Amino acid sequence: MIQVKILGTGCAKCNQLADAVQAAIAADGIVAEVEKVQDIQQIMSYNVLSTPALVVDGEVRSAGRVPSADELHSLLRPKAKGCCCKGSSGSSCC
Amino acid sequence: MKQSLLWWGGLLLAALLWVFLYLRLEGGAEVLVGMLGLSRSVPFGEALHFFLYEVPKVLMLLTAVVFLMGVVHTFVSAERTRAMLSGRRLGVGNMLAAALGIVTPFCSCSAVPLFIGFLQAGVPLGVTFSFLISAPMVNEVALALLFGMFGWKVALLYMAMGLGVAVIAGLVIGRLRMEEHLEEWVRKLQGSADAGSGIPERMEWPQRMREGLGHVREIVGRVWLFILLGVGLGAGIHGYVPENFMASLMGQSAWWSVPAAVLIGVPMYSNAAGIIPVVQALLGKGAALGTVMAFMMSVIALSAPEMIILRKVLKPRLIAVFAGVVASGIVLVGYMFNLVL
Repeated sequence: MIQVKILGTGCAKCNQLADAVQAAIAADGIVAEVEKVQDIQQIMSYNVLSTPALVVDGEVRSAGRVPSADELHSLLRPKAKGCCCKGSSGSSCC
Repeated sequence: MKQSLLWWGGLLLAALLWVFLYLRLEGGAEVLVGMLGLSRSVPFGEALHFFLYEVPKVLMLLTAVVFLMGVVHTFVSAERTRAMLSGRRLGVGNMLAAALGIVTPFCSCSAVPLFIGFLQAGVPLGVTFSFLISAPMVNEVALALLFGMFGWKVALLYMAMGLGVAVIAGLVIGRLRMEEHLEEWVRKLQGSADAGSGIPERMEWPQRMREGLGHVREIVGRVWLFILLGVGLGAGIHGYVPENFMASLMGQSAWWSVPAAVLIGVPMYSNAAGIIPVVQALLGKGAALGTVMAFMMSVIALSAPEMIILRKVLKPRLIAVFAGVVASGIVLVGYMFNLVL
Protein backbone atom coordinates (compact mmCIF):
# COMPACT_ATOMS: atom_id res chain seq x y z
CA MET A 1 0.00 0.00 0.00
CA ILE A 2 1.47 3.32 -1.00
CA GLN A 3 0.30 6.83 -0.26
CA VAL A 4 0.09 8.95 -3.40
CA LYS A 5 -0.54 12.68 -3.27
CA ILE A 6 -1.07 14.93 -6.23
CA LEU A 7 -0.24 18.54 -5.46
CA GLY A 8 -1.83 21.17 -7.65
CA THR A 9 -4.16 24.12 -7.47
CA GLY A 10 -6.55 22.75 -10.06
CA CYS A 11 -4.83 23.64 -13.32
CA ALA A 12 -5.29 21.57 -16.47
CA LYS A 13 -1.98 19.79 -16.01
CA CYS A 14 -2.86 18.82 -12.46
CA ASN A 15 -5.93 16.96 -13.69
CA GLN A 16 -3.86 15.35 -16.41
CA LEU A 17 -1.43 14.10 -13.79
CA ALA A 18 -4.27 12.75 -11.63
CA ASP A 19 -5.70 10.86 -14.61
CA ALA A 20 -2.30 9.51 -15.61
CA VAL A 21 -1.62 8.31 -12.07
CA GLN A 22 -5.01 6.59 -11.85
CA ALA A 23 -4.35 4.89 -15.18
CA ALA A 24 -0.88 3.75 -14.12
CA ILE A 25 -2.20 2.40 -10.83
CA ALA A 26 -4.92 0.46 -12.59
CA ALA A 27 -2.54 -0.89 -15.23
CA ASP A 28 0.10 -2.06 -12.73
CA GLY A 29 -2.37 -3.29 -10.15
CA ILE A 30 -0.79 -1.12 -7.45
CA VAL A 31 -2.59 -0.84 -4.14
CA ALA A 32 -2.57 2.85 -3.43
CA GLU A 33 -4.40 5.60 -1.68
CA VAL A 34 -4.59 8.61 -3.96
CA GLU A 35 -5.30 12.07 -2.61
CA LYS A 36 -5.49 15.38 -4.42
CA VAL A 37 -4.03 18.25 -2.43
CA GLN A 38 -5.35 21.60 -3.61
CA ASP A 39 -4.71 23.79 -0.60
CA ILE A 40 -1.79 26.07 -1.32
CA GLN A 41 -0.52 26.07 2.27
CA GLN A 42 -0.41 22.29 2.32
CA ILE A 43 1.26 22.22 -1.08
CA MET A 44 3.95 24.58 0.13
CA SER A 45 4.76 22.33 3.09
CA TYR A 46 6.37 19.99 0.54
CA ASN A 47 8.69 22.79 -0.62
CA VAL A 48 7.88 22.34 -4.30
CA LEU A 49 8.34 25.23 -6.73
CA SER A 50 6.13 24.11 -9.54
CA THR A 51 2.91 22.18 -9.79
CA PRO A 52 1.60 19.62 -10.50
CA ALA A 53 3.80 17.60 -8.20
CA LEU A 54 3.65 13.91 -7.42
CA VAL A 55 4.33 12.76 -3.86
CA VAL A 56 4.75 9.08 -3.06
CA ASP A 57 4.99 8.04 0.59
CA GLY A 58 5.81 11.60 1.61
CA GLU A 59 8.59 12.03 -0.93
CA VAL A 60 8.36 14.44 -3.89
CA ARG A 61 8.97 12.34 -6.99
CA SER A 62 8.24 14.83 -9.76
CA ALA A 63 7.30 18.49 -10.03
CA GLY A 64 6.11 20.82 -12.74
CA ARG A 65 5.26 18.27 -15.36
CA VAL A 66 3.22 15.23 -16.26
CA PRO A 67 5.60 12.26 -16.51
CA SER A 68 5.08 9.69 -19.25
CA ALA A 69 3.35 6.39 -18.46
CA ASP A 70 6.71 4.61 -18.44
CA GLU A 71 8.15 7.07 -15.99
CA LEU A 72 5.12 6.93 -13.74
CA HIS A 73 5.53 3.18 -13.62
CA SER A 74 8.88 3.58 -11.86
CA LEU A 75 7.95 6.73 -9.94
CA LEU A 76 5.03 4.96 -8.29
CA ARG A 77 7.17 2.22 -6.87
CA PRO A 78 7.43 2.29 -3.07
CA LYS A 79 10.70 3.55 -1.68
CA ALA A 80 13.32 0.86 -2.01
CA LYS A 81 14.19 -0.48 1.40
CA GLY A 82 17.68 -1.76 2.00
CA CYS A 83 19.38 -2.52 -1.21
CA CYS A 84 19.30 -4.06 -4.56
CA CYS A 85 16.30 -5.26 -6.38
CA LYS A 86 17.57 -8.17 -8.39
CA GLY A 87 16.84 -8.35 -12.05
CA SER A 88 15.15 -5.00 -12.13
CA SER A 89 15.75 -2.93 -15.20
CA GLY A 90 14.52 0.32 -13.66
CA SER A 91 17.32 2.63 -12.59
CA SER A 92 15.23 4.46 -10.06
CA CYS A 93 15.60 1.97 -7.25
CA CYS A 94 18.51 1.64 -4.84
CA MET B 1 26.83 6.20 -28.46
CA LYS B 2 25.01 5.03 -31.55
CA GLN B 3 21.82 6.60 -30.28
CA SER B 4 23.61 9.87 -29.68
CA LEU B 5 24.88 9.89 -33.28
CA LEU B 6 21.37 9.27 -34.55
CA TRP B 7 20.03 12.23 -32.58
CA TRP B 8 22.74 14.62 -33.72
CA GLY B 9 22.35 13.45 -37.33
CA GLY B 10 18.61 13.87 -37.10
CA LEU B 11 19.02 17.35 -35.68
CA LEU B 12 21.39 18.37 -38.48
CA LEU B 13 19.03 17.01 -41.12
CA ALA B 14 16.06 18.73 -39.56
CA ALA B 15 17.98 22.03 -39.40
CA LEU B 16 18.96 21.81 -43.08
CA LEU B 17 15.42 20.98 -44.13
CA TRP B 18 14.16 23.86 -41.97
CA VAL B 19 16.45 26.40 -43.65
CA PHE B 20 15.64 25.03 -47.12
CA LEU B 21 11.87 25.36 -46.54
CA TYR B 22 12.09 28.68 -44.71
CA LEU B 23 13.85 30.38 -47.61
CA ARG B 24 11.14 29.24 -50.01
CA LEU B 25 8.08 30.31 -48.07
CA GLU B 26 7.46 33.67 -49.71
CA GLY B 27 7.79 32.30 -53.25
CA GLY B 28 5.67 29.30 -52.31
CA ALA B 29 2.83 31.49 -51.08
CA GLU B 30 3.02 33.51 -54.29
CA VAL B 31 2.75 30.37 -56.41
CA LEU B 32 -0.17 29.04 -54.37
CA VAL B 33 -2.09 32.31 -54.69
CA GLY B 34 -1.37 32.31 -58.42
CA MET B 35 -2.60 28.74 -58.78
CA LEU B 36 -5.96 29.82 -57.36
CA GLY B 37 -6.22 32.38 -60.12
CA LEU B 38 -5.77 35.31 -57.74
CA SER B 39 -3.23 38.05 -57.59
CA ARG B 40 -1.93 40.17 -54.76
CA SER B 41 -3.43 43.28 -56.30
CA VAL B 42 -6.96 42.35 -55.20
CA PRO B 43 -7.79 42.48 -51.47
CA PHE B 44 -8.64 38.79 -51.16
CA GLY B 45 -5.46 37.78 -52.96
CA GLU B 46 -3.40 40.02 -50.69
CA ALA B 47 -5.08 38.66 -47.56
CA LEU B 48 -4.64 35.07 -48.72
CA HIS B 49 -0.98 35.64 -49.56
CA PHE B 50 -0.43 37.17 -46.14
CA PHE B 51 -2.05 34.15 -44.47
CA LEU B 52 -0.24 31.52 -46.57
CA TYR B 53 3.11 33.18 -45.98
CA GLU B 54 2.84 34.17 -42.32
CA VAL B 55 1.31 31.01 -40.85
CA PRO B 56 4.04 28.57 -41.91
CA LYS B 57 6.74 31.17 -41.26
CA VAL B 58 5.61 31.87 -37.72
CA LEU B 59 5.02 28.19 -36.96
CA MET B 60 8.48 27.25 -38.22
CA LEU B 61 10.19 29.98 -36.21
CA LEU B 62 8.18 29.05 -33.16
CA THR B 63 9.08 25.37 -33.47
CA ALA B 64 12.79 26.18 -33.73
CA VAL B 65 12.82 28.62 -30.82
CA VAL B 66 10.65 26.46 -28.58
CA PHE B 67 12.86 23.43 -29.25
CA LEU B 68 15.97 25.39 -28.27
CA MET B 69 14.22 26.67 -25.15
CA GLY B 70 13.15 23.15 -24.24
CA VAL B 71 16.80 22.10 -24.37
CA VAL B 72 17.86 25.17 -22.33
CA HIS B 73 15.24 24.25 -19.72
CA THR B 74 17.08 21.01 -19.03
CA PHE B 75 19.96 23.13 -17.73
CA VAL B 76 17.99 25.72 -15.74
CA SER B 77 15.26 24.49 -13.42
CA ALA B 78 13.17 26.71 -11.19
CA GLU B 79 15.05 25.18 -8.24
CA ARG B 80 18.38 26.19 -9.68
CA THR B 81 17.21 29.73 -10.38
CA ARG B 82 16.01 29.98 -6.82
CA ALA B 83 19.37 28.84 -5.49
CA MET B 84 21.11 31.48 -7.61
CA LEU B 85 18.81 34.25 -6.39
CA SER B 86 18.72 33.33 -2.74
CA GLY B 87 20.11 36.10 -0.54
CA ARG B 88 20.88 38.45 -3.45
CA ARG B 89 20.65 42.13 -2.76
CA LEU B 90 18.34 44.52 -4.59
CA GLY B 91 19.90 45.82 -7.76
CA VAL B 92 22.11 43.04 -9.04
CA GLY B 93 19.54 40.55 -7.79
CA ASN B 94 16.77 42.22 -9.80
CA MET B 95 18.78 42.16 -13.00
CA LEU B 96 19.75 38.55 -12.51
CA ALA B 97 16.14 37.64 -11.69
CA ALA B 98 14.78 39.35 -14.80
CA ALA B 99 17.38 37.67 -17.01
CA LEU B 100 16.75 34.25 -15.48
CA GLY B 101 13.04 34.83 -16.06
CA ILE B 102 13.65 34.38 -19.78
CA VAL B 103 15.30 30.97 -19.57
CA THR B 104 13.63 29.36 -16.55
CA PRO B 105 10.64 27.13 -17.30
CA PHE B 106 7.56 28.96 -16.07
CA CYS B 107 3.85 28.33 -16.18
CA SER B 108 1.43 30.88 -14.82
CA CYS B 109 -0.42 28.10 -13.00
CA SER B 110 2.67 27.60 -10.81
CA ALA B 111 3.09 31.32 -10.12
CA VAL B 112 1.96 31.02 -6.51
CA PRO B 113 4.09 28.05 -5.40
CA LEU B 114 7.02 29.66 -7.19
CA PHE B 115 6.44 32.99 -5.49
CA ILE B 116 6.25 31.43 -2.02
CA GLY B 117 9.09 29.03 -2.74
CA PHE B 118 11.37 31.94 -3.62
CA LEU B 119 10.49 33.88 -0.46
CA GLN B 120 10.84 30.73 1.59
CA ALA B 121 14.43 30.33 0.46
CA GLY B 122 15.33 33.92 1.27
CA VAL B 123 14.98 35.55 -2.13
CA PRO B 124 14.05 39.21 -1.39
CA LEU B 125 10.52 40.30 -2.27
CA GLY B 126 11.63 42.86 -4.87
CA VAL B 127 13.88 40.33 -6.59
CA THR B 128 11.07 37.76 -6.60
CA PHE B 129 8.80 40.29 -8.31
CA SER B 130 11.39 41.03 -10.97
CA PHE B 131 11.37 37.34 -11.80
CA LEU B 132 7.60 37.08 -11.68
CA ILE B 133 7.17 39.99 -14.10
CA SER B 134 9.88 39.02 -16.55
CA ALA B 135 9.07 35.30 -16.77
CA PRO B 136 5.63 35.56 -18.39
CA MET B 137 6.30 38.80 -20.31
CA VAL B 138 9.59 37.94 -21.98
CA ASN B 139 8.80 34.40 -23.06
CA GLU B 140 9.97 32.41 -26.04
CA VAL B 141 6.59 32.39 -27.78
CA ALA B 142 6.34 36.19 -27.72
CA LEU B 143 9.93 36.60 -28.87
CA ALA B 144 9.60 34.09 -31.70
CA LEU B 145 6.42 35.72 -32.96
CA LEU B 146 7.84 39.23 -32.72
CA PHE B 147 10.91 38.07 -34.56
CA GLY B 148 8.80 36.44 -37.26
CA MET B 149 6.33 39.27 -37.77
CA PHE B 150 8.26 42.43 -36.88
CA GLY B 151 11.89 41.49 -37.39
CA TRP B 152 14.78 41.05 -34.98
CA LYS B 153 15.09 44.71 -34.02
CA VAL B 154 11.61 44.88 -32.55
CA ALA B 155 12.02 41.50 -30.87
CA LEU B 156 15.22 42.69 -29.24
CA LEU B 157 13.65 46.00 -28.21
CA TYR B 158 10.71 44.18 -26.69
CA MET B 159 13.08 41.98 -24.74
CA ALA B 160 15.14 44.93 -23.50
CA MET B 161 12.05 46.91 -22.51
CA GLY B 162 10.43 43.90 -20.85
CA LEU B 163 13.57 43.31 -18.81
CA GLY B 164 13.72 47.01 -17.97
CA VAL B 165 10.14 47.06 -16.69
CA ALA B 166 10.77 43.89 -14.65
CA VAL B 167 13.97 45.24 -13.05
CA ILE B 168 12.57 48.67 -12.23
CA ALA B 169 9.20 47.44 -10.97
CA GLY B 170 11.01 44.90 -8.74
CA LEU B 171 13.34 47.60 -7.43
CA VAL B 172 10.45 49.92 -6.62
CA ILE B 173 8.49 47.18 -4.83
CA GLY B 174 11.64 46.21 -2.92
CA ARG B 175 12.32 49.83 -1.87
CA LEU B 176 8.74 50.34 -0.71
CA ARG B 177 9.23 47.57 1.88
CA MET B 178 5.96 45.89 1.10
CA GLU B 179 6.73 42.72 3.09
CA GLU B 180 3.99 43.51 5.60
CA HIS B 181 1.44 43.31 2.81
CA LEU B 182 2.06 39.64 2.26
CA GLU B 183 -0.59 37.37 3.71
CA GLU B 184 0.27 36.39 7.27
CA TRP B 185 1.04 32.74 6.64
CA VAL B 186 3.34 33.64 3.75
CA ARG B 187 5.30 36.08 5.90
CA LYS B 188 5.90 33.37 8.47
CA LEU B 189 7.41 31.18 5.77
CA GLN B 190 9.87 33.83 4.58
CA GLY B 191 13.44 32.59 4.82
CA SER B 192 12.34 29.37 6.53
CA ALA B 193 13.76 26.89 4.06
CA ASP B 194 17.09 26.07 2.57
CA ALA B 195 17.50 26.94 -1.09
CA GLY B 196 19.60 23.86 -1.76
CA SER B 197 22.02 23.69 -4.63
CA GLY B 198 19.34 23.09 -7.25
CA ILE B 199 21.77 21.48 -9.63
CA PRO B 200 19.63 19.41 -12.01
CA GLU B 201 20.53 15.81 -12.55
CA ARG B 202 23.05 15.03 -15.22
CA MET B 203 21.49 14.27 -18.55
CA GLU B 204 22.79 12.93 -21.82
CA TRP B 205 22.27 15.03 -24.93
CA PRO B 206 19.71 12.72 -26.56
CA GLN B 207 17.60 13.07 -23.44
CA ARG B 208 17.90 16.88 -23.59
CA MET B 209 16.79 16.83 -27.22
CA ARG B 210 13.90 14.59 -26.33
CA GLU B 211 12.86 17.13 -23.70
CA GLY B 212 13.13 19.83 -26.38
CA LEU B 213 10.79 17.88 -28.63
CA GLY B 214 8.40 17.39 -25.74
CA HIS B 215 8.40 21.15 -25.21
CA VAL B 216 7.58 21.70 -28.89
CA ARG B 217 4.70 19.24 -28.69
CA GLU B 218 3.34 20.96 -25.62
CA ILE B 219 3.74 24.62 -26.61
CA VAL B 220 3.17 24.49 -30.35
CA GLY B 221 0.35 22.02 -29.76
CA ARG B 222 -1.31 24.56 -27.50
CA VAL B 223 -0.81 27.78 -29.48
CA TRP B 224 -1.05 26.78 -33.15
CA LEU B 225 -4.78 27.42 -33.22
CA PHE B 226 -4.32 30.89 -31.73
CA ILE B 227 -1.72 31.65 -34.36
CA LEU B 228 -4.07 30.49 -37.11
CA LEU B 229 -6.89 32.64 -35.77
CA GLY B 230 -4.63 35.60 -35.07
CA VAL B 231 -3.00 35.57 -38.49
CA GLY B 232 -6.41 34.99 -40.11
CA LEU B 233 -7.78 38.09 -38.41
CA GLY B 234 -4.57 39.92 -39.25
CA ALA B 235 -4.89 38.87 -42.89
CA GLY B 236 -8.41 40.28 -43.00
CA ILE B 237 -7.21 43.58 -41.57
CA HIS B 238 -4.28 43.53 -43.95
CA GLY B 239 -6.40 43.07 -47.04
CA TYR B 240 -9.54 45.05 -46.24
CA VAL B 241 -8.96 47.78 -43.65
CA PRO B 242 -7.94 51.02 -45.39
CA GLU B 243 -4.46 52.49 -44.91
CA ASN B 244 -4.14 54.93 -42.02
CA PHE B 245 -7.41 53.71 -40.53
CA MET B 246 -5.75 53.28 -37.15
CA ALA B 247 -3.73 56.49 -37.30
CA SER B 248 -6.24 58.64 -35.42
CA LEU B 249 -6.99 55.95 -32.81
CA MET B 250 -3.59 54.43 -32.14
CA GLY B 251 -1.28 56.81 -33.95
CA GLN B 252 1.55 58.84 -32.50
CA SER B 253 -0.44 62.04 -32.24
CA ALA B 254 -3.08 60.56 -29.95
CA TRP B 255 -1.32 60.95 -26.58
CA TRP B 256 -4.07 59.20 -24.63
CA SER B 257 -3.83 56.07 -26.73
CA VAL B 258 -0.90 54.60 -24.75
CA PRO B 259 -2.58 54.53 -21.32
CA ALA B 260 -5.84 53.52 -22.98
CA ALA B 261 -4.10 50.60 -24.70
CA VAL B 262 -2.66 49.46 -21.37
CA LEU B 263 -6.05 49.69 -19.64
CA ILE B 264 -7.79 47.73 -22.38
CA GLY B 265 -5.05 45.13 -22.19
CA VAL B 266 -5.50 44.25 -18.50
CA PRO B 267 -8.83 42.38 -18.62
CA MET B 268 -7.86 40.74 -21.91
CA TYR B 269 -6.41 37.37 -21.29
CA SER B 270 -4.80 36.11 -24.42
CA ASN B 271 -1.43 34.66 -25.08
CA ALA B 272 1.20 36.24 -27.24
CA ALA B 273 0.37 33.82 -30.02
CA GLY B 274 -3.07 35.25 -30.67
CA ILE B 275 -2.37 38.91 -30.06
CA ILE B 276 0.84 39.57 -31.96
CA PRO B 277 -0.42 38.81 -35.50
CA VAL B 278 -3.42 41.13 -35.01
CA VAL B 279 -1.23 43.85 -33.60
CA GLN B 280 1.16 43.53 -36.51
CA ALA B 281 -1.66 44.09 -38.97
CA LEU B 282 -2.80 47.19 -37.04
CA LEU B 283 0.70 48.55 -37.27
CA GLY B 284 0.46 48.46 -41.05
CA LYS B 285 -2.66 50.62 -40.84
CA GLY B 286 -1.09 53.55 -39.07
CA ALA B 287 -0.98 52.47 -35.41
CA ALA B 288 2.19 53.62 -33.65
CA LEU B 289 4.69 50.98 -32.57
CA GLY B 290 4.90 52.24 -28.97
CA THR B 291 1.15 52.12 -28.48
CA VAL B 292 0.98 48.65 -29.98
CA MET B 293 3.89 47.47 -27.85
CA ALA B 294 2.27 48.81 -24.68
CA PHE B 295 -0.96 47.04 -25.52
CA MET B 296 0.88 43.78 -26.11
CA MET B 297 2.88 43.98 -22.88
CA SER B 298 -0.23 44.80 -20.91
CA VAL B 299 -2.16 41.85 -22.33
CA ILE B 300 0.69 39.46 -21.60
CA ALA B 301 2.06 40.77 -18.29
CA LEU B 302 -1.00 42.14 -16.51
CA SER B 303 -3.82 39.68 -16.59
CA ALA B 304 -6.82 39.71 -14.30
CA PRO B 305 -6.77 35.93 -13.68
CA GLU B 306 -3.18 36.14 -12.50
CA MET B 307 -4.08 38.87 -10.01
CA ILE B 308 -6.86 36.71 -8.64
CA ILE B 309 -4.42 33.85 -8.13
CA LEU B 310 -1.91 36.17 -6.47
CA ARG B 311 -4.62 37.42 -4.11
CA LYS B 312 -4.11 34.19 -2.18
CA VAL B 313 -0.68 35.36 -1.09
CA LEU B 314 -0.74 39.15 -1.38
CA LYS B 315 -2.92 41.67 0.41
CA PRO B 316 -4.93 43.97 -1.88
CA ARG B 317 -2.56 46.89 -1.33
CA LEU B 318 0.44 44.97 -2.63
CA ILE B 319 -1.52 43.73 -5.64
CA ALA B 320 -2.51 47.33 -6.39
CA VAL B 321 1.10 48.47 -6.10
CA PHE B 322 2.26 45.60 -8.31
CA ALA B 323 -0.30 46.36 -11.00
CA GLY B 324 0.27 50.11 -10.73
CA VAL B 325 4.03 49.94 -10.97
CA VAL B 326 4.03 47.52 -13.89
CA ALA B 327 1.34 49.48 -15.73
CA SER B 328 3.26 52.76 -15.31
CA GLY B 329 6.41 51.06 -16.57
CA ILE B 330 4.58 49.82 -19.65
CA VAL B 331 3.06 53.26 -20.34
CA LEU B 332 6.54 54.78 -20.14
CA VAL B 333 7.86 52.18 -22.57
CA GLY B 334 5.00 53.01 -24.94
CA TYR B 335 5.75 56.74 -24.90
CA MET B 336 9.46 56.12 -25.28
CA PHE B 337 8.92 54.03 -28.39
CA ASN B 338 6.58 56.57 -29.89
CA LEU B 339 9.10 59.32 -29.29
CA VAL B 340 12.12 57.47 -30.60
CA LEU B 341 10.66 55.77 -33.66
